[in-house]
Amino acid sequence: MANVTLRNVVKKYGVLEVVHSINLEIADSEFVVLVGPSGCGKSTTLRMVAGLEAISGGEVQIGGRVVNDLPPRERNISMVFQNYALYPHMTVRENLGFSLKVAKQAQPVIDDAVDKAAEILSLTPLLDRKPGALSGGQRQRVAMGRAIVRHPEVFLFDEPLSNLDAKLRTQMRVEIKKLHQKLKSTIIYVTHDQVEAMTLADRIVIMRDGHIEQVGTPLEVFENPLNTFVATFIGSPPMNLLDAVVKDGKLAFSDGTLIAIPPGYSLAEGQPVTFGVRADNIMPVGHALPHGEHMAEVEMEVNLTEPLGTETLLFSVLAGKEVQAKMFNPRPVQTGERMTFQIMLDKCHLFDAETGAALKR
Amino acid sequence: MKRLKLPPWLVLLLPAIIILSAVVLIPLVFSLYSSFTSYRLTRPDSIFNWVGLFNYEKAVTDVKFWAAFGRTVLLLAVALNLEMLLGLGLALMVSKVTSGQRLLRTMMMFPMMFSPILVGFQFKFIFNDNVGLVNNALQSLGITDQAIPWLVDGNLAMFSIIFAEVWTATSVFGILILAGLYAIPRDPLEAAKVDGCTSLQSFRYVTLPFLMPFIYIAMAIRSLDVARAYDIVQIMTNGGPARRTELLWTLIGRTGYVDARMGYANAMGYISIFLAIFFTVYFFKKLTQSRRELGMGA
Ligand SMILES: Nc1ncnc2c1ncn2[C@@H]1O[C@H](COP(=O)(O)OP(=O)(O)O)[C@@H](O)[C@H]1O
Ligand SMILES: [Mg+2]
Repeated sequence: MANVTLRNVVKKYGVLEVVHSINLEIADSEFVVLVGPSGCGKSTTLRMVAGLEAISGGEVQIGGRVVNDLPPRERNISMVFQNYALYPHMTVRENLGFSLKVAKQAQPVIDDAVDKAAEILSLTPLLDRKPGALSGGQRQRVAMGRAIVRHPEVFLFDEPLSNLDAKLRTQMRVEIKKLHQKLKSTIIYVTHDQVEAMTLADRIVIMRDGHIEQVGTPLEVFENPLNTFVATFIGSPPMNLLDAVVKDGKLAFSDGTLIAIPPGYSLAEGQPVTFGVRADNIMPVGHALPHGEHMAEVEMEVNLTEPLGTETLLFSVLAGKEVQAKMFNPRPVQTGERMTFQIMLDKCHLFDAETGAALKR
Repeated sequence: MKRLKLPPWLVLLLPAIIILSAVVLIPLVFSLYSSFTSYRLTRPDSIFNWVGLFNYEKAVTDVKFWAAFGRTVLLLAVALNLEMLLGLGLALMVSKVTSGQRLLRTMMMFPMMFSPILVGFQFKFIFNDNVGLVNNALQSLGITDQAIPWLVDGNLAMFSIIFAEVWTATSVFGILILAGLYAIPRDPLEAAKVDGCTSLQSFRYVTLPFLMPFIYIAMAIRSLDVARAYDIVQIMTNGGPARRTELLWTLIGRTGYVDARMGYANAMGYISIFLAIFFTVYFFKKLTQSRRELGMGA
């Protein structure tokens, strides 16, 4: 078990800098998820920790030891790759035991460790097959088995579930979480899927364009996004964002709609802001959940509905921007129907219109 | 007038059938037939002198034939393995080069661009005991003060021939193995690094299994080539000295065209072909097997 520290870590490909001076402290046995859109530098960061990519600047420590110049095999890590990266010419058993074999462990030790890993991941009946004869989910489990056989100090996962179908992905997510609870090892997990990040992480690291935008527990980043990027990236559907200016102590949208300023903010007259509200906090009257005391009402026309069962998503337009709202205990809704919506102001967010940074309450 | 009506499939296949018979079938049947006669080029009517299996019996009891057979197998074994090892080394080095790789790849092909006859003459000169490059170099460097009889001593002559053979054909292995190196997926190699492999272990457990199909393809191609080796040997030593570099096809060529005993030569040829077929089938088997191990193909 070990903690991992990234200090001013930079990655350059030639003159192109793709990771810009990242700082991150990961505690022992913590499950940290790096999440961000494709191409933001998650894999590159992970591969620098693994030792598969040279570190152009800064320092990576594993267990208090600077590992910048150590090859992967001396870092005591294992990695699960997006495309499984199994050895196609070896059986599942040989794949699982390979790391111990090259470490010149005795055969009984290897057999023992392989059997244990196979048990944990229900791979026992597949041990004598080759990867070519396995399904995607089974291959993924072998890849994970190969990682746990060695009892590394740190596990690195690079989008391990993105090649699986939706149902299998949910199952494997649960298995990974169980695995972490059982092994209690440090995990760094990369994904572009915010649902995966929210459900798995002890702490989420949200990245964009080679920068870290926010670090926090899933609830922290969901409830207190530091900027509009995090606000729209985390949570589904993405947070509705509307441009507004402060006018006579109220918020005025561009179409003239006025609502009260969410409680706790002190704004100057005429200040331009971005108003953010999640679909969960804007609901048609009569179909709302119990709510706080600060409310605003707006009227909108529904032009699309997405029934999800326990709730229905309603798509409307307010001040020229699409707004998604949630209808709890849904009834059938006609498109074109005008409805009055309640906005729970306690749960709303204000951001600087220019920088997108969250305003302080 | 009633025209002869052939079925359309036959009409369509007729050109192919005619060409194939002219080019393949007739020579094949004729040579097979002649191997059962005492056919001599100098006496054309001997083609009708049926002798049954006499030529075959003579070949399998002929010490010279089996000596040539054994020497061909030896050449195959030594040359192919040497070429494979050198080609592998060459490919590994070229694959690590970061700039100018295209130029190096082209240069690797140079030896293949020369006719084997020219290569034979070239090495005949290089290994000549009086004016040859090798002896001159060795003598100027003071390593030896005698002329080493490269092409005159039986063992040295075999060595010289293998050397020439390796020089021409190592690049076949080099190029094919290089293609194999380019085709290796990056993921398993990275997984091996993370799994704790040293570079030697990565090579042995991951790279090499991926290269084996390519090595076997090269082996299959080259085993056909070497099994019919003729030109280089013919030029460099003419099978000499005293038949000590005699290979199957130099023996067969001499028997057929110098001694004019074509019936006997054809009989030996048919036995020899099995050697080539054996090696090719063997390497193709290995190829299929190594591909199956990688989960490729059936
Ligand atoms: N070998 C490379 N050479 C140049 N640029 C690269 C290389 N690998 C990745 N990049 C760039 O680095 C950025 C981050 O890539 P990556 O870490 O793979 O993103 P992701 O967050 O999707 O995993 C991307 O813009 C990508 O184009
Ligand atoms: Mg990636």
